[in-house]
Amino acid sequence: MSNRLVLKGCRIVDVSQNIDSTGDIVIDNGKVSDLVLNKAGSKSSYPGAEIIDVSGLLAMPGFVDMHTHLREPGFEHKETIETGTLAAIKGGFTSVCPMPNTNPVNDNPTVTTFIIKRAMKRGSCSVYPIGSITKGQNGEELAEMGMMLEAGCVAFSDDGKPVMNALVMKRALEYSKVFGVPLISHCEDMSLTANGVMNEGSLATLLGLEGIPRSSEELIVSRDIMLAGYAEARLHIAHVSTRGSVELIRLAKARGVQVTAETCPHYFTITEDAVSGYNTDAKVNPPLRCAEDISAIKEGLKDGTIDVIATDHAPHHADEKLLEFDRAPSGISGLETALSLSLKLVEEGILSYPDLCRKISYAPSEILGLGRGTLKKGACADIAIIDTQKKFVVSKDRFLSKGKNTPFENMELKGMPVAVVVKGKYINILEL
Amino acid sequence: MMKDLVSIKDITREQIDSILSTAASFKAVLRRDIKKVPALRGKTVVNLFFEPSTRTKTSFELAEKRLSTDVINFSVPTSSVVKGETLLDTVRTIESYGVDYIVIRHSSSGVPHFIANNTQASVVNAGDGTNEHPTQALLDAFSILDKKETLDGLKIAIVGDVHHSRVAKSNIYLFSNFASEIRLVGPPTLVPEFKNYKLNYFNKIEDGIEGADVVMMLRIQSERMTRGFFPSTLEYANLWGLNASRLKLADRNAIVMHPGPMNRGIEISSDVADSDQSIILEQVTNGLAVRMAIIYLLGRHYEQ
Repeated sequence: MSNRLVLKGCRIVDVSQNIDSTGDIVIDNGKVSDLVLNKAGSKSSYPGAEIIDVSGLLAMPGFVDMHTHLREPGFEHKETIETGTLAAIKGGFTSVCPMPNTNPVNDNPTVTTFIIKRAMKRGSCSVYPIGSITKGQNGEELAEMGMMLEAGCVAFSDDGKPVMNALVMKRALEYSKVFGVPLISHCEDMSLTANGVMNEGSLATLLGLEGIPRSSEELIVSRDIMLAGYAEARLHIAHVSTRGSVELIRLAKARGVQVTAETCPHYFTITEDAVSGYNTDAKVNPPLRCAEDISAIKEGLKDGTIDVIATDHAPHHADEKLLEFDRAPSGISGLETALSLSLKLVEEGILSYPDLCRKISYAPSEILGLGRGTLKKGACADIAIIDTQKKFVVSKDRFLSKGKNTPFENMELKGMPVAVVVKGKYINILEL
Repeated sequence: MMKDLVSIKDITREQIDSILSTAASFKAVLRRDIKKVPALRGKTVVNLFFEPSTRTKTSFELAEKRLSTDVINFSVPTSSVVKGETLLDTVRTIESYGVDYIVIRHSSSGVPHFIANNTQASVVNAGDGTNEHPTQALLDAFSILDKKETLDGLKIAIVGDVHHSRVAKSNIYLFSNFASEIRLVGPPTLVPEFKNYKLNYFNKIEDGIEGADVVMMLRIQSERMTRGFFPSTLEYANLWGLNASRLKLADRNAIVMHPGPMNRGIEISSDVADSDQSIILEQVTNGLAVRMAIIYLLGRHYEQ
């Protein structure tokens, strides 16, 4: 009986079962065994169980980040599987999908197996690797997708760069149909990006920085939509940052292309203005855009054009960000601020809690076929417990991630995860 | 006076006026037989040049010596990152020498801002990437003032590669403090839009310099050609080069300026460059006085 855990008296939001009501979550041996709704059974209802009073808090299926950089192997000074997954659970994420741009690249089953074994030994949450589309992410020859899937990969992406050759991308989409998994496209036309380091426009001119036009993203979004539509293959658009991309994806969905899309909290929270003063912590790829893009992305989240909120957690060492703006690496350490920033969308009335549950938990799990993002009977007991009212000020020194590169430093946010249950194990985040 | 001069955007019209009038006094000093003043004796300046430069560096060094400062030249032809050092390490190393001023040139935009925020020394931006070259703009303003007696009510045409020109950008920010018309002239590939600044844009040089009081030509770099900003130097010279017949479209008393080094026969023809209307060499002379004024005035923050 000691394996029974009851989370008592919380608001339970589980979009996979259309649940939004108060109740208790009963967990046996690491699995959800029952949701007791609206009845609020008394303590005596669960004899012998470990009971945790979570009344006044919000419980959702643990979040699933389908776009994470854990940096291991090869860049352990930026992040490791150990520190990255700790940062994940602090952010309420109980599953993360590391992108393959490690060193060596995760383009073969040996690297995949290394990541999975490492995660089992050192990880604090589930890790589902994403393999590369092409060998070495060079955009030329296809990587061993089939064998990587057998080893545990759940999707493929050359994230960090695009597959610039359209023929290679077309073949990759066609080949991926054998497995039915999506290809995740980092949409960027490198010839348009050229030496760009921030959004192209007047601010870039005023800062003397080379710009990356929106069309750099939108050209490849439209190209890959066309290729996926033609191949009748599955496509997922990573980190949508522009209004034009939202419109293209909306149109493609209306036409029946099997496309899904994600955006990241920084793309609906801050604009290119964050770069002013040459703040390298606001250097990210795709770059931060403008207010009109933020509204379009919010609209896209609201109407379902954008399926997923992912973090694109991209930790870097502080020394690497202390360089000249044009030489500093791109990326934001995002796991530990994602939920709080997303809760602002609920506050603004753009998303409901069930919508948020879908974007940050259920949809990414469904897209990747993970079977997570749900509190159905028998599901793995991965749960995020959120205090939606708790205010705090972002402090990078408190990050568990090695990457302290956040443009949200000192921002006051409302709502944060206070506990997680990972495979049935209750963890008080405030004690981490 | 402020601690640093990293951007013209940071300074007020009053500060510009103060620099220009101080420069006028130093210009008088430079006409004397003994051209040195003891104003900053005991102060130390580091010229930190991450990018090759002969003209600007010489001008700064001479200005610093005329003020009796001790001058150290710290030339690093590559970025910090190439040496495996962060920019902050470099700044701290320099600061450890106990310097009072850092004059910095760097190929990356924003580096002087970063340094200024991380040092007690006064920082002077001697050109950062494609961002700004504030001392050049101030010496340009000083040179115009010398000929036109005011910076208000003028028509100032800036012709050429504004996109990559830190000189053009600092000039735009500077002249926006005055009631003059600023015209940007060139193909759209080389002339970006500056929101929140009142500027007039012209594709054709004939339209852009018509009636102008000041024609400021920018250096065109042939490496821009290979990246598709314009087809060839020949076409550039034909369409946007300043020659004697085009100059006739400007005001009769128009002055011609160029930050140097000039590409004769490309953006400017030799007859124009060497004409009475050209003040290109005076710009160089004035540069000394203006840089003396800037260093002298930035020094004031220590005394206060």
